Amino acid sequence: MTVSLTLTGITAHYGTTKVLEDLDLHVGEGELVSLLGASGCGKTTTLRLVAGFLEPTTGTIQLGERDLTRLPAHARNIGLVFQTYALFPHLSVRDNVAFGLKQRGIPGAERKRRTDEMIARVGLTDFADRYPANLSGGQRQRVALARALVIEPPLLMFDEPLSNLDAKLRVDMRVEIRRLQQQNGTTALYVTHDQEEAFSISDRVAIMNAGRIMQLDRPEVLYSRPANAFVADFVGFENMIPMRAVAEAGDAVRAELPGGATLDLPKGTFTVPSKEFTLATRPEGLLVAPAGDGIPTTLGLRTYLGRAYQYQCDTPAGELKANGPLSTPYQIGTPAVLIPQPEQCCLLPA
Amino acid sequence: MKTHPLLIAFAALTFAFLIGPLIIIIGTSLSETSFLTFPPQGLSLKWYENIFEISAFRRTMVTSFTLAVGGTALSMLIGIPAAYAMARYRYDLPAFLGNIYVLPILIPEIVLGFSLMKSVAIGAGFPIMAALLVGHALLVLPYCVRVVGASLNAFDFSIEEAAVSLGCPRWKAFVTVVLPNVRAGIIAGFILAFITSLNDVSISIFLTGPGVSTLPIQLLAHMEQFFDPTIASVSVLLMFVTVAVMAVVERTLGLTFLTK
Repeated sequence: MTVSLTLTGITAHYGTTKVLEDLDLHVGEGELVSLLGASGCGKTTTLRLVAGFLEPTTGTIQLGERDLTRLPAHARNIGLVFQTYALFPHLSVRDNVAFGLKQRGIPGAERKRRTDEMIARVGLTDFADRYPANLSGGQRQRVALARALVIEPPLLMFDEPLSNLDAKLRVDMRVEIRRLQQQNGTTALYVTHDQEEAFSISDRVAIMNAGRIMQLDRPEVLYSRPANAFVADFVGFENMIPMRAVAEAGDAVRAELPGGATLDLPKGTFTVPSKEFTLATRPEGLLVAPAGDGIPTTLGLRTYLGRAYQYQCDTPAGELKANGPLSTPYQIGTPAVLIPQPEQCCLLPA
Repeated sequence: MKTHPLLIAFAALTFAFLIGPLIIIIGTSLSETSFLTFPPQGLSLKWYENIFEISAFRRTMVTSFTLAVGGTALSMLIGIPAAYAMARYRYDLPAFLGNIYVLPILIPEIVLGFSLMKSVAIGAGFPIMAALLVGHALLVLPYCVRVVGASLNAFDFSIEEAAVSLGCPRWKAFVTVVLPNVRAGIIAGFILAFITSLNDVSISIFLTGPGVSTLPIQLLAHMEQFFDPTIASVSVLLMFVTVAVMAVVERTLGLTFLTK
């Protein structure tokens, strides 16, 4: 049973503080969508609304054919995985996993079969009689996963499930989560503040800020073609360079960089949004060169990144970060130019 | 590092101060004389027998235990939900609410006893036993709320939400998931409350009346009339009940949670 999740016009308040504003979100059948953002952006609130722990001020929540908006939390049939795992400390692994089946009145023999099967799927058969206090963080997370999956919910939700694990385990577990989610074809909503985590396992990612979704798209698109300054900054386009379109140059638009040099932006790749606009790049999208058509600068502090040197550069457009080749380290104070590499840039409205 | 002799002396003095009276009472209760004396003259258990021979002691003992169990149970009935609400919604509720529940400790007991007499016993016309029950419930409420509250504050409420998300209604999640995980706090609160109620004089003295009294008050009355070692033996008995309860707790849960 795969269904889709649809949130329409959701507004939510904590007391008098508005935490979500007119939010629309659609998670397709069998799709994994992440809500990504800093703390306080409304991502956890969104999840708690869908879970039924909070009520929206306005708007509707639809899971397949069912309207969840006013349904009590225990009747929603959603599998939830918590940041703190939230295992029942007084129950063994087996009883933790069996808990949801028990609530559904599944008879003993079938309950035992499904519980044992699920415990085996997450590789904890040898630990079934242990208590949560005697498990490692990774094992606890597996129990939490098994407990949420065993009730075969049409929707799985994850609230920062990996943030209490160490870095290596985090990578292993997210692969595991993705694998289990795809095997079952379960629709999933995943909340995290970790960009790499969200991008690596999601079909689509919603980047949130101040109670709104800033952009909802495939990770590849978010990473290379952010739609606005917030998302651009969020995914690492640290340099925001003000530009002015000055002329047509064949099948390109010629634009003036701060300092007077010009740059040709091919029309096939770029749509110039207005006469005045912003060119956003990552540090590796600005090439440091001794001379050429670029933004004049004096190179400042140099840091070593392993794959390149990074320079803090004083320019007419303010301080920019640019990467230079490892073969030629420049000294502080060297005059140079920064040449934007069009294939690594994106254009945003000014 | 060498311990300073003054520190040792100070510690010894403190212990003597704490334990000394207990030794004196135990000694006194074993005396053969019909007046309170220490060191005891002769050895006898007759004053212990005497407790059970005097019907007033038997009667008030039953009353005291009934009150301690009933009052504590009543207070838990109010205290656990209150502590739960204050822990669960601690960010939404004003902080002074928690202090209101400790008022019975902060207000002089004698004032509390007097006002209960005026309001519950005389004002509302409660029968003596009912008034005592209300009084004791109020007296021990702070222990219930505070000790259970401490357990609940350490409880991760995501666990309760996990139960709800798995299809368990809220009330059922409270009973099957929350309560078992704060069991230690409830037992600890119960014991503290039980002992407090059992030993109370100030409130009971205002609420007792014709035919109904509690053990500590009977003790005072007996002392005024007889001044014999029965008082000491009853005290020792009360002490042993307390110690026995503590020993059970220590065995089952460890004493540390009482101070947590």
